[in-house]
Amino acid sequence: MKPLIKFAEGIDWVNHKIGWVASWMILLSCLVSAGNASWRKIFDNSSNGALELQWYMFAATVMLGAAYTLKRNEHVRVDIIYGTRAPRTKAIIDVLGIIFFLLPSMFLISKLALPTFMNAFNSGEMSSNAGGLIRWPFVILLPLGCALVFMQGLSELIKRIGFLTGQYNMDVTYERPLQ
Amino acid sequence: MTMTMMAPTMFGALILFMIIGFPVAFSLAALGFTFAFWAISLGFFKPEFMTNIPLSISGVLANELLLSIPFFTFMGAILERCGLAEDLLEGTGQLFGSRPGGLGYAVIIVGAILGAITGTVAASVIAMGVISLPVMLRYGYNQRFATGVIAASGTITQVIPPSLVLVVLADQMGKSVGDMYKGAIGPSILQVSIFLLYVFFLSKFKPHYLPPLPPEARTLQGWPLYRKVLAGMVPSVALIFLVLGTIFAGWATPTEAGAMGAVGAMVLAAMNKRLTWPLVWEGMQSTMRLTAMVVFILLGSRVFSIVFNGVDGNLWIEHMLTGLPGGQLGFLITVNIFVFFLAFFLDFFEIAFIIVPLLAPVADKLGINLIWFGVLLCVNMQTSFMHPPFGFALFYLRGIAPKEVASKEIYLGAIPWVIMQLMLVAVVIFWPASVTYWLDKDTSVDIDKVKLDIPIEDQRKEAKDPALEMMQQNGGATAPTTPAPADKKDPAKAMMDSAAKDGAKKP
Repeated sequence: MKPLIKFAEGIDWVNHKIGWVASWMILLSCLVSAGNASWRKIFDNSSNGALELQWYMFAATVMLGAAYTLKRNEHVRVDIIYGTRAPRTKAIIDVLGIIFFLLPSMFLISKLALPTFMNAFNSGEMSSNAGGLIRWPFVILLPLGCALVFMQGLSELIKRIGFLTGQYNMDVTYERPLQ
Repeated sequence: MTMTMMAPTMFGALILFMIIGFPVAFSLAALGFTFAFWAISLGFFKPEFMTNIPLSISGVLANELLLSIPFFTFMGAILERCGLAEDLLEGTGQLFGSRPGGLGYAVIIVGAILGAITGTVAASVIAMGVISLPVMLRYGYNQRFATGVIAASGTITQVIPPSLVLVVLADQMGKSVGDMYKGAIGPSILQVSIFLLYVFFLSKFKPHYLPPLPPEARTLQGWPLYRKVLAGMVPSVALIFLVLGTIFAGWATPTEAGAMGAVGAMVLAAMNKRLTWPLVWEGMQSTMRLTAMVVFILLGSRVFSIVFNGVDGNLWIEHMLTGLPGGQLGFLITVNIFVFFLAFFLDFFEIAFIIVPLLAPVADKLGINLIWFGVLLCVNMQTSFMHPPFGFALFYLRGIAPKEVASKEIYLGAIPWVIMQLMLVAVVIFWPASVTYWLDKDTSVDIDKVKLDIPIEDQRKEAKDPALEMMQQNGGATAPTTPAPADKKDPAKAMMDSAAKDGAKKP
């Protein structure tokens, strides 16, 4: 179990760092978007590249941040039953959910989205808008993000099995994320 | 298993999968995939059906409107601690303090002003609770009244433009955010009036619940008082203009307005010497996690709904709901009761992404104006912040209320306000003009015509960029310098369009 726990903590570390990038995207996309509007009003023209940049950044926020959000246990649940269960029961529900829901669905989305990225990357496809950006950095985010969530799912699975077998200490408390 | 049984089975499985308590986003995606494989193995879908799924998801990531989720959330996070609420509450509190219920009026009015600046509930409730609750309790306000008025005034934010809820509903209904905002003006005014009237009557019948402030608490008189009021009002008006003004004037898209609001909130915080790096960083992080969580629900629900519609689930729902007695009215009342109770278990975002896409096409078929329907649902979902077990406004308040306020008092205090919110739901149902009065007369007619012959994808495209649209309408002066907005084709949308065409299921 020890090496597996180490592996899980390695994934946690990587996704924490990537989550840091996702957080920065919030501030940067905000400045880009406010800049776009002001620029259009003041100079009476706009750049499609800058408009696209803001939704590239939005996609990056979501797809790069989702794994870290999973690590923080902040993906929303219907907790009407779950909320009142004992920690062991919670961990068992999570183990089953990760094996049957999270891992397969993230694997499938990643796999299905990969060909689109390969095409865009190999052809060097550009946005169809005048002055638009190159497409592949956007297209890669979906398969990459789901792969990261998949890896984080493995980490959570290992940690919960460790918790159930008494070899790892963790807090499985769930609080509904604030909105 | 026949094709007609697939949709009801899938809907039943949806309830089952969600109630287990595993994160909704992944349960929904897994449910969609399970039924897709099942339908393929039974020969209802071609195997190529699966390629629609990533295309549909890319559409979510390239949706400009959804960008307003992080922007408004980030703005709320900054605004919560930039000192604006303090200035507003102290000024108006002193202004109305001499009359019974004065602090109640102040909280409602400040709640409405904050609501017109920001789009998230947390910012208003936390800011007002921290400042007003201790003052109210110190001067002998009834605990239930004090907590109730703060929670309710915080949740008005949901209805008053620029509410995030209205943006998301506009997106899900395929309507323009600008129209949704205009439609919400009437109900916002009504809600504030109902609350103010309640405080007025309560101060007549139960004056000891909400006593006037004693003279020694009213330290400001004359000019210093007016200066204090202005110190809160001037930046508020500036921020309202920055966000709502630019949207209604057609200068910025709702998304850009959200971004400018966030920048404006940071400038205001800097002016009040409250802008620190930990504040901004904390805001960035919590906004990132909320955004990832919310958009992942939408990703999961896309996988679910593409398969659900593939097995004709939309027709099944439509058949069930159009068969209700009472036509439009029967539908509206049933749906509102349904959503009200659903809000006990589901968050607003879950309802908007999972349930609303099932309901909106039916409402459209019944000839219900979708703006009216959207505003109505928004007013209804206001209550979900106010009732146990998960009412967020109560939850925030619990977090900041002093120990001597029992949780029970907070829950009981919410009841009259939930009843007043439900009264507004009834008013909006039976008096549609409260919403439609504020829409442009000619466009509201156009919308009905348009929706008959133009597929939904096209309406969405229009909804995406009201600013450009308005620029075009405003004549040739600006049009030539705007790089061909009409031809601006969103690549991800194009992919989705083609996916929708060739990915259709086996005949």
